[in-house]
This record gives sequence, C-alpha cells and structure tokens, in this order.
Amino acid sequence: MFRGLMTRSTAALLAVTASAALAAPTLAQQGGTIRIGSIKTLEGPFATGGQDAVRALTMAFEEVNFTVAGKKIEWVRESSNAQADVALARARKLIEQDQVDIIIGPLSGAEGMALRDYSRTLTGKTIVNGQSAAADTTLRDVSPNFFRFNGDGMQWIAGLGTYAYQKMNARHVALVGGDYAFPYAQVFGFMQEFCKLGGKVTKLWSPLGTTDFASTIASIPKNADTVLVIHGGTDALAFLTQYAQAGGQQPLIAGPVTVDQVVMSARGPHRRLLNNLISAGPIVDDSDDPTWKAFVASYKKRFPDGFAAPSINAVHYYIAAKAVIMALEQVKGDLSNNQQAFQAALAKLEVPTPMGGKVRLDDNRQAIASNFIRRVVDRNGQLFTTQVERFDNVTQTFGMPRAEFLALGSPSRDNPSCPPQ
Amino acid sequence: MTLARTLLLTGTAGLGILCLVPLALFLALPENQALFWIGNILARALIYGIIALSLTFLATYGGFVSLAQMMVAGIAGYVLAMTVQGAVPVIIGGFGYPMAILMALLASVLAGLAVGAIAVRTNDIYLLMITLALAVGFYRFVESNIDLFNGYEGIRNVLGPDILGRRFRDPMVFYTIASGTALLLYLGVLFLVRTPFGLALQGIRDNPRRISALGYNVVLHRIVAFGIAGFIAGCGGVLATIYNIGISPGSIGLGATINLLIMSVVGGLGHPVGAFVGSLIFAIFDTFAASLYDRDRFNSLIGAVFLVIVLISPDGALGLSRRLGRLLRGKPKPGAPPA
Amino acid sequence: MSGATAATVILNGLTLAALYFVVASGFSLIFGLMRTVNMAHGSLYLVGAYIGYAVFEPLYDRDLWYAWYLAILAGMAAAALFGVLMQTVLLGWMQGQELRQALVTIALSIIVADQLLARFGGTPRQFFAPDALFGSTALPLIGNYPTFRLVQIGVALAVGIGLWLLLNRTRLGLMVRAGVDDRPMLAAMGVNVPLVAVLVFALGAALAGLGGVIGATAQPLAQGVDARFLLTALVVVIVGGMGSIAGTAIGALLVGLAEQIGQALFPTYSVILTFLIMVVVLAIRPQGIMGRAR
Repeated sequence: MFRGLMTRSTAALLAVTASAALAAPTLAQQGGTIRIGSIKTLEGPFATGGQDAVRALTMAFEEVNFTVAGKKIEWVRESSNAQADVALARARKLIEQDQVDIIIGPLSGAEGMALRDYSRTLTGKTIVNGQSAAADTTLRDVSPNFFRFNGDGMQWIAGLGTYAYQKMNARHVALVGGDYAFPYAQVFGFMQEFCKLGGKVTKLWSPLGTTDFASTIASIPKNADTVLVIHGGTDALAFLTQYAQAGGQQPLIAGPVTVDQVVMSARGPHRRLLNNLISAGPIVDDSDDPTWKAFVASYKKRFPDGFAAPSINAVHYYIAAKAVIMALEQVKGDLSNNQQAFQAALAKLEVPTPMGGKVRLDDNRQAIASNFIRRVVDRNGQLFTTQVERFDNVTQTFGMPRAEFLALGSPSRDNPSCPPQ
Repeated sequence: MTLARTLLLTGTAGLGILCLVPLALFLALPENQALFWIGNILARALIYGIIALSLTFLATYGGFVSLAQMMVAGIAGYVLAMTVQGAVPVIIGGFGYPMAILMALLASVLAGLAVGAIAVRTNDIYLLMITLALAVGFYRFVESNIDLFNGYEGIRNVLGPDILGRRFRDPMVFYTIASGTALLLYLGVLFLVRTPFGLALQGIRDNPRRISALGYNVVLHRIVAFGIAGFIAGCGGVLATIYNIGISPGSIGLGATINLLIMSVVGGLGHPVGAFVGSLIFAIFDTFAASLYDRDRFNSLIGAVFLVIVLISPDGALGLSRRLGRLLRGKPKPGAPPA
Repeated sequence: MSGATAATVILNGLTLAALYFVVASGFSLIFGLMRTVNMAHGSLYLVGAYIGYAVFEPLYDRDLWYAWYLAILAGMAAAALFGVLMQTVLLGWMQGQELRQALVTIALSIIVADQLLARFGGTPRQFFAPDALFGSTALPLIGNYPTFRLVQIGVALAVGIGLWLLLNRTRLGLMVRAGVDDRPMLAAMGVNVPLVAVLVFALGAALAGLGGVIGATAQPLAQGVDARFLLTALVVVIVGGMGSIAGTAIGALLVGLAEQIGQALFPTYSVILTFLIMVVVLAIRPQGIMGRAR
C-alpha cells in the first residue's frame, strides 16, 4: 500500500510542478521592465494600515504612469500578517520566484528586522523599508541592502519631552506603554529630553495584548502631573476608554502611534479624551503646507473610501516608493552591476516628503527626517491632528555622535531611568 | 513483510523521491525557479512536515490530537536562539551550533514529556483543549517576556553552521539536511510503531484498560510517546528557526498552531506520510494563493478548504486519494503491494 | 500596595471574572449537554458584537437612548441564529464525533473571522454605554470606580441565576440535566434530543453574543478578540469543570482575579499565573474543580 501511495504523491507533485512552471512569470528584465515587489499587511489586526499602504503605492506609481526612465514598472504585490516569518517567506517568493529587483516593505518592527537580516544575504537586490520602525534595524548589525526613509520609533517622539517640560510645565510624568522594544525606544527618546531638563518619570508597563488596563490605571501615582500614553492601536483605544470610564483626571499627552487615523476614526467613549490632546509624531493630518494639501486632495480624489486623511502608513510607503522612483530616474533605470549605481543614488537622495519637508539618509541608510508636536482638533465630528511645532533634521541618535549614543545602551524596561525622589 | 524489509523498501523509495524531485525540477524549470522550489516550497514543506509528523505520530498511534506540537517545536527553536553564538540579542549565547542544537532537542523532549504529564490523565477532546490552552498561553508568555525571549521582536540572526564549507542556508545544503532528517524521522516512526513499545502504545489507544491489565504502565507509555513526539517536533523547530533566520512569537502563535493542525488533517491523520503530503499542499497553497486568488481573503479560502476536507474526507488527502483510486479502479488492483 | 489599590485590583478581578463567566457559561452549557467543544465560541462572541454594533451605530447617531439595549438584543439574536445554523447544518449530524466537531468549528472560526474583517474592516470599535451606566460611581475604600464594570457583575449574576433557574426549575432544564447524565436514555424516553440540542446551542450562542456586546463596551472590539475569549473560555471551563455552571463561575473568578492581581504585582509574568492555576488543577483534579469524573 505504502509504495503505491508514494508513487501517486510523486505523480501529483510532478503535475503540480509542471503547472507551476507554466504559470511562472516571464522574465523580461532585459526588455525594459523594472520589477518592484511590495510587502504590507493585509491580514489580521493591522490590515487597515496595510490597505492604506496599497493606496499610497498605487498613487506613487500612477503619478509616473508606471514608467521610469523609459522602463516599465511591474508591481508585484504580496501581503504578510505582521509576523516575521510570514514576511520573510513573502520576501523570498518576491526575490526568488517573481524575480523582483526591489522590495518596498514591510510594515511592522519584527518583520523589518527579519527582512533586514534577509537583505544581508542578497546581492544585487534592494529592500526599501515601508513603515517598520524598530530602531535596531538600522542601528545595530546594519545591512548594506536595506534603506529606510522613515524615522524609527525614537525619532517619532522627538520634541515631546522638551515640549512637555517647557510648555506644559510637566515635572513628573507617569507613562503607560506596552512592555516591548518598540515602546521602549519611544520612551527612551522622550526621556532623553525630559530627564535632561530635570523631569521625573514613573513607568507603568503592561504586557503586550493587555485589554484590561484597570489595574494599571489604579497604579498611576496621584502626584504625577501628566500621563504619557505610548500604547498604539487597539491597546490605545482600550486604555483611553478605560481611563475615561475610571474618571481619570490627570492630563494626557501621547506618543506617535497613540494618535493616528486608526484610533481617531474609531468610534467610542475615548474620543472625549482625544480632543486637544498633545502628541508627537512624523505626520500631521491637517497641515497648512501646500504640498500636504495637494497630497491629501489627490489621495481623497483617487480613494474616496480611504481615511479622512492619509495615515502614517500611507505617507511612509509613499515616500519609500518616491525614493525608489527618483533613484531609478537618476541612474536611468540602470540596475546592472549588482545595483551599485542605484544603491549609491538612493543613499545620496534627498526625497521631498508629502509633509513639505525633505528626508535624507545617514551612513547607516537611516532617515534624517522631520518630526512634529501635534494637537488633536475636532472638525465637524472628524478628528485631525494640527501642527504645534516642527523639528527638522531629527537623527536616529538625537544629534549625538553614534558611538556616544550607542554607549547609552539599548532601550529597555529600565534604561533610561529617572524616577521621582 | 518483515520490518527490516519494509524499512529498506520505504527508505529507498523515500530517498528516490527526495533525490528525483529536485532533479525533475531542474529539468522542468529554469535554474532560479528550480532553486526557489527546492529552497522554499520543498524545504518549507519538509520542515513543517517534520513538525506535523510529531502530531500525526501521536494522533495515529496514540490517539492524541495534541495542539501543543508547534509550541514544543518553538521551545527547541527558542533554546537554540537563546544559546547559540551570534544570535541577536544575546540572551545566554556563547555555545556553538552542535551544543546549542543538542540543548534545543533536549529541551523539546523535556517539553514534550511535560505536555504529556499535564495531559496524561485526560484524553480526546479534553486533550485538544488543554494542549491548545497550553500553546496559546506559552505564546502569550513569550510575546510578553523580554528577559528570556525578547518579547514581540523575538531573537534573530540564527544563521546555522557551515556544512563542509557551504552555508547551511544554501538551498541545496538546506534541502539535503532537511530531507535527510525528515526521512530518518519518518523511518524511525515506522520502526518504532513495530517495536513492543509502539505496539503497546497502539493497544493503549484502542483499549487502555486491557493493556493496563496486561501489566503495562499506561501513564508512562503515554508520557514517553509525548517525549518522542517532542524530539520530532524539536528537530523541525531547529530547522525552522535556521530557515527563518531566527524565531519570534508569531512562529508559534495561534495561527501557526492551527496551520499545523490544518496540514496534518488535510494530509490525513491515518498515516505518518500524511504529515508531509499536508505540509506540501499547504506550502504550495500558501505560496501561490496570492497569484490565484485575492490575497486579502486567503484565510477564508484556507478555512473553506479545511472545512470541506473535514466534512467530506475526515482522513484527509490520503483518504481522499485512496477512495478516488478505489472508485476509478472499481476494485483493488491485482498484484498491488499488500498494505 | 496601599489598601485602596489592593481593593481596586481585587474589584477589577471580580468585574473581569464577571465578563469571563458570561462568555464561558455558554461554552460550558453546550459542552455539558452535547460534548461538543465549540472552538467557534469566540466567533459567536464576534458575531454578536459586530452585528450588535451594526444595529447600534445608526441609532446612536440619532441619539436614541435605547441604542445600546437594542444592540444587546440584536447581538444575542444574531449569535443565537448563527449557533442554530451551526448545529443544524454542520454539527448535528456528526453528533458523537467530538474531534471532527472541534475541527469543523475551528474551520468555521477561521472563515468567520476573515469574513467579519472583510465586512467591518480592521478599525477597532467600541460601544458607548448609555449615560446611566457610563462614568464612575463612588465606592467606600476605593473611591471613584467605573460604573460599567459594576454593571458587568450585575449581568453575570443575572445570567448565573437565570441559568440556575432554567436548569433546576423548568422542563427544558430537566431534560438538559438528564441529557448530561445519560443521553441515550433520554432519547429512549421519547424526548426529541436533537431539538433540545438546538435549543441549548441557541442559548449558549446567545450568551456568547451577550458577552460580545458587554465585552465590546468594556474593551475594544477588534480582530483577534475571538481567540482571546475562546482561550479564556477554555481555561475557565478546564479549571472549573466541564458542563458545570458553578464550576464555570469558580473558574472565571480564579482566572479573572489571577489576571488582575498578576498584572498589578508582576506584569511580565502575569500570563503564567493563569496557566499555573490550570496545570495545578489538572494535576489534582483532571476533570476540573466541579467537574464529575467520567
């Protein structure tokens, strides 16, 4: 019986193989085509952000009519579920099966680390980060084939510590955040500024995936004058709702992922707390900048069913696609010689952003970008962020020499530390 | 047929298939495509087939459908990532690959024994529930613990040792090792179930009371079966971690746990080879679904396929092909090898 | 930890346990009669919550006070209907094949989660509790405490008492209890067991739907909560004992308290505490605290 079975499965396997060979893409690399793969999250809880990333990529490619330097852009889409090994499998398929030259993506931190590691094993291929923002991706063990035109989590909070201390007279901040690397990096950035000025910080970490924050809220010290919310997405929604229900009185400020279109467009009791909330972040929804206004207008025209304003995902995927297109134009679509000219052009690029600023890269191919202090406003029931302050040229090392910055150690639950008393 | 003869025949057949398939791929496809199939689809099917084999082994011969096998594989993967030199971030570090892999396998055997000990006094559906609860609980612990597992980001840069001067993750090297491991484990399972231990295990599955009356220690046999399954899953976990250049909680989450169950059931829980049939179908499906079908609704598709298989053919693709074969032939072929 | 904080944490544990009890009681009920492990119980929670929300939103926009109460009815009805369909179309005819039923419900839960994502998107949602239930209530020792969490306790008590009355004071309850003990005998006595099974499935599913709307008022409703609540129901029922309402209550109390106390005392290891309880219970009483040995 067993032998018969084996023969049958072999036959089946060969049949599948043959059909796959027929379905395999025709390799037209020399015929004036540039193949660009994209990886974003269209499954699971992060799907909303992934859908917006697709919109942004569509816009960027349509703007140049899917043509760059006389060559056609062929766009191969893949989707992950925000898990590292799935993103890796998709990237392998794009590179090895679909033969793409460039990948734009991924979305989440763990995926970014996985693709960074994978890109190191490649030659003549380039990965341009979509939105993932783990600091270490471009800080430690960097890869020559991995480029990131968005700030990391730490850069996204730049300015908030200073603003809270100087403009809001905060002296003792209680912060609530998820107990993992991404919030650590944001807290590190906040405390770099806030503790240097003399502020004190009490940290209240919750395990990732906590939905009941009642005990955390009960532990917020009564003498803290401000509460900094670092949570994002569903966690942010849960925290804000429960804080409102518990009758929390201390004023809130927020990190970059707490206040985004996902949380602001969600319905629920938390909206009362969001109004006028101060936060830091790399984009502002309702900026007066003409470039931004034009970008929002074309986004809404092309995608009437999109968000009220392009999300952070859309902006970052758009910048990444723009960077790829600009660099390809500079080298006239020449990807020969293991993409050396293309990668050199990417590294030297100054990409105009939809926010009206420019982003360029440091020696680790990490963005030096602008960051904003923002205030939430209510416009006819829609919540938007408006610009309060703007900081240009924020580096990954907060302006320090890299060695000095690295000597501060990795952000962790206890690093840095400046508790009250 | 004697045991030795069966093993020899099966081993030769398996070896033949594992060698011929890459050859056929190279003949049928351009080189890079063939390498993609070997390095990704086949390698992935073999790795997850090994982990699924641990489940199929328990289900077929012990009657335990354990959902903790992905967790056990993950424990091996995490121990490897925690101990091996070069992994980022350093949790313990400092060990070479041979030692780290050994510790990983030891950990998976211990984890398997522990799952067995926890679940031993229950069976059937309780076992499914308890192992699912254990698996998801472990996942949430890993995801929320930074000190040991580096939380959500996981541990990266587990590249594997160099083999005879070639990179472990070179598609052909990896394929050779993965297929060799799979074949050995598969033969090992076929051997084991013919030993007195294996026969007692099947006796316990069918009638624990009678076996107990015969003087066998039922509890011990069950726990040891879980330990053996732990070893098999551990081998898969080590390979998966090197294949994925590291491990993160997503690799052992509810999704991964359910996917493993889908592979085993789709392949068929009636025979160990079902694990590999199921994992191959899954790998092909997973890779090409985007081209065939809207990726956005991939989960609906996979859920529907799973549902249909469970509804029409509870013994999976194996049972389906057997039934189809009978239908086409009308009657068993004369001269077909005896089962 | 101060006395007030400790009291708050314990009350948090109790209120969370109340929510867990509502969700897990349906799971336990279905298992008790039919030995069906409904792995799609979390999906019933989602169905109840999302359908409830679809009814709630337009009414809330028009400031109608009964929006939330109607959402509860709609959520329960939708979940019950879905449960009846599950039982009649898929599960009923494979009665007794427990493993196959579990696999079918796993497949269903994958499809339902994905279809709800397609229909409702990934944006998290949350119900606004009616003004009377929102905000906080002053309690002795604790101070201001979210009113809605106290409502959860009320709902759980109502469900618990209701189930007790149903099982002990009605004909249906009599049949259910008899069915738990000896199903073939019940059938032999001329009771329409499949009909009783459908009714019990509808009731269990409706409880999941109720849990869905209550839960989505206390915590955000998003992709992935189905798995959370399925897991919670599993652990609660494993600890408390299958098919026992009192056991479910005890299990829910242990898990809810463990989660909140763990989170307050040692956040990063709090998950372990829950599973430690499960392992210890299984080691001492494999059938659960109130479960009967089979």
